[in-house]
Amino acid sequence: MVQWTDFERATIQSVFEKMDYDDVGPAALSRCLVVYPWTQRYFGNFGNLYNAAAIQGNPMVAAHGKTVLHGLDRAVKNMDDIKATYAELSVLHSEKLHVDPDNFRLLADCLTIVVAARMGAAFTADVQGAFQKFLAVVVSSLGRQYH
Amino acid sequence: MSLSAKEKVIVKDFFAKVSSRSDEIGAEALARLIVVYPQTKSYFAHWKDLSPNGAPARKQGITVMGGLYEAVSKIDDMAGGLLTLSELHAFVLRVDPVNFKILSHCIMVVLSMLFAEEFTPQIHVAVDKFLALVALALSEKYR
Repeated sequence: MVQWTDFERATIQSVFEKMDYDDVGPAALSRCLVVYPWTQRYFGNFGNLYNAAAIQGNPMVAAHGKTVLHGLDRAVKNMDDIKATYAELSVLHSEKLHVDPDNFRLLADCLTIVVAARMGAAFTADVQGAFQKFLAVVVSSLGRQYH
Repeated sequence: MSLSAKEKVIVKDFFAKVSSRSDEIGAEALARLIVVYPQTKSYFAHWKDLSPNGAPARKQGITVMGGLYEAVSKIDDMAGGLLTLSELHAFVLRVDPVNFKILSHCIMVVLSMLFAEEFTPQIHVAVDKFLALVALALSEKYR
């Protein structure tokens, strides 16, 4: 089981409480599709992804970004058993969506960059540490049921 | 993966724009490296002070940024242009290349924090590629 310090728990709650999901979700997903274009392979039916401007203006990308970010809520509320919380989603991503789990890490990195931009100086090294630890656990849990 | 002509311009312009704060960027990136990835401290065991905001970390961050600006100036031939640094990393420092990725990530987090408006996805991808190519040039002589 993952051990969380009081600081880490408080930080994760605080970061997500203050987050504007409608802004951060779309920003993180669209950034991922631009910075790591091979991730576009999973979004063949999303329409126009031809360039950065198209991606950032694409309403399906925006909607999906919000969905993914809200997917993190479960982990935020169940920090002591993220693995079990995501068992079903892990199976979904493996067996139905066929997503290479390395992509979870890429999206997590983009999310970190976006949150850093939104939080500015408040995104201290310690906050970054807690946030990345949380995302690492999420990423690991999502890849857990692959076989 | 190599930088297109357009991406080279993006990288040069962006690094020029942020140059006045390059010391701050370097110091912050090093601080984050040490805090978020504590295993990286294994390379700095010779420092008197291993704290993220201590003088040695700050100095190292400034040194790293100096190297990056040198890479920007040699962007058309990084392997050749960074030969000395490459030999240093291969034969003296022997930093495991995985750490180049980690430090690159920390640098980009800091760029995103300090230059939120400017660090757009388009600039992010060019800088990400540039940093990956610098890492490649630095590990050129490893084996």
